[in-house]
Amino acid sequence: MPEAQLLRVNALKTFYGDFQALYGVDIEVSAGQIVAIIGANGAGKSTLLNSIVGLNPAPPSAIRFCGTDIGGEAPYRIVRRGLTIVPEGRRLFTSLSVEENLLIGAEVKRPGEWTLAKIYQLFPILRDFRNRPARLLSGGQQQMVAIGRALMSNPKLLLCDELSLGLAPVVVKEIYLYIKRIVAGGVSAVIVEQDIQQALKIADHVYCMLEGRIALQGPARSLSREAIAAAYFGV
Amino acid sequence: MEHLANALVQGVMIGGLYSMFAVGLALIFGVMRLVNIAHGDLIVLSAYVALVATQSLGLNPLVSLVVVVPVMALVGYALQRGLFNRTMGADVLPPLLVSFGLSVIIQNALLMSFSADNRRLQAGSIEVASVTLTDAISIGVLPLLQLVLAVLVIFGLQLLLYRTAIGRAFRAVSDDPKVAQLMGLNNKHVFGLAMALSCMIVALAGVLLAIRANFDPATGPTRLIFGFEAVIIGGLTNFWGTLAGGIFLGVVQSVASSFDPGWQILAGHIAFLVVLAVRPNGLFGAAN
Repeated sequence: MPEAQLLRVNALKTFYGDFQALYGVDIEVSAGQIVAIIGANGAGKSTLLNSIVGLNPAPPSAIRFCGTDIGGEAPYRIVRRGLTIVPEGRRLFTSLSVEENLLIGAEVKRPGEWTLAKIYQLFPILRDFRNRPARLLSGGQQQMVAIGRALMSNPKLLLCDELSLGLAPVVVKEIYLYIKRIVAGGVSAVIVEQDIQQALKIADHVYCMLEGRIALQGPARSLSREAIAAAYFGV
Repeated sequence: MEHLANALVQGVMIGGLYSMFAVGLALIFGVMRLVNIAHGDLIVLSAYVALVATQSLGLNPLVSLVVVVPVMALVGYALQRGLFNRTMGADVLPPLLVSFGLSVIIQNALLMSFSADNRRLQAGSIEVASVTLTDAISIGVLPLLQLVLAVLVIFGLQLLLYRTAIGRAFRAVSDDPKVAQLMGLNNKHVFGLAMALSCMIVALAGVLLAIRANFDPATGPTRLIFGFEAVIIGGLTNFWGTLAGGIFLGVVQSVASSFDPGWQILAGHIAFLVVLAVRPNGLFGAAN
C-alpha cells in the first residue's frame, strides 16, 4: 500500500525578530504514521510545531498539508483543514468545565467520528468529571481533556507537544497507550518529546533536532543509541 | 423617613440605567481586556441614531430600538474588525489610546452634524406616567422600565455566557486567546461579536437615557465615568455584581441629592473612591 503524504515541511526557516530559530527544516509525515521529533531544550521543536500550526509566519510553500500550501495561514483556518495541536503544558481553558473545553474543540465543525460520546468512551473518567472546572483535574486527566479537545476537531493529523511534561512516568505510559489507540483509529500524529525512550518506543519515524536543524532522522528501529546521543548533544 | 425611602427607591431605578452603561464595558473588558474610553460616546451616538430614526420614520423612541439596536450592533462589529483588532495584543495601552481617539472623533462628528444644541427624545405619555406606592413615594413607569430592562439584559447576558456556544467562545478567548485560535476559534470574529453585543446594550441604554434626560455631543464622558464606577464597585467577576454596583452608585447619588442637590454627583464619586480604597476588588469581587 503506498503511503499518502500528509504533511511536508520544506526548508522552513523561522525567525523571532533578529533571532533565527529554524535553519531550513525538512520533515515528512505519511498517513497512519507516528513521527517523533526529539531534541534538547531550545533545539527548536516547539518552534517547529508553532510554525506548522500558524503561530509563526512562514512562506506558503514551506508547509504543505494534504496537497495544499498552508504556510502562514491563520491558525483557525489550519485547524479547519484537519491539523490540530495538543499544546505544551495542556493549556486548558481554566474557567470552562471539562465538557465545555471539549466542545470548544468541536467549534470548527469538521465532520468525522469524534464526538463527545466517543471521547467519553475513550476516557471514561472524563464523563464523571464533565461538569467540573478543568483546572481541578489531575495532570493526567487534564492531558486527557487536552487530547480530547484536539480530537473534537476531527483532525487528520494530531500534533502533540511534550505530552509527558509534568506527569508521573506511569501516567505518561498510559497517555501514550491512548495515543496509540487514537492512531490505530486512523489519525496520524507528530510527537514532540524530551523523553527519548518513550518517543522511540511509539514512533515509526524519528527526527532529532539540534540548534534549529534536523541533525538525524530515520525509522525508529534503525537508529542506534550512539547515533541518537551524538545528534542530541551535538558531539 | 419617607423622604429618605423615596430617595432610595429612585436611586435603585437610576442604578438600573448605570448598570446598563456598565455591563457593556465589563463585557468587552472581560472578553478582550479592552478598556473602551469611547463607550460613553457610543451611548450618545446611539441616542442620535434614535433621534434620526424617530424624526425620519416618525417612530416612538422605544419602538425605534428595533432600528437602533441592529444599527449599533453593526457599528460595533465594524469598529472592532476595522479598528480595534488592529491594535490588540499583549499590551493593553494601544487599544485604550485608540478608543480615546475614537471618543474625540465621535464627539466632533456629532458636533458637526447635529450642532451643540440639547436634544431629547419625546416618548409621549410614558414619560410622566407613574405608579403611586404611598403618599411620598411614586415610581415613574419609565425608570421602572429601565430597571426591569437592566435586570433582563443582565439575566440574558448570563444565559448567553454560560449556556450558549458563543458565550463559551467568549470565555475561552478570555481565558487564553492564543490557544483559542489553535482550537479553531477566529478570535477577530469573536471579538467583533463581543463588541457588537456591547453596542447593542449601549443602544438600549442610549435610547433610555435620551428619553429621560437632555443630551448633546459632549454628554458621553460623564456616562462613561458612571459606567466605570459601577463596574469597579461591583467587581469584575460577574454581571450581577455590575448591576449591584450600578444600583449602589444610583442610591448614593439619589440619597445625597435628597439632602442637597449639589452633592449628587460628588457623593457618587466619593463613594466610589471609598469602595476602591476599602475593597479594591469591588463589593462583590473575589477577595484575593
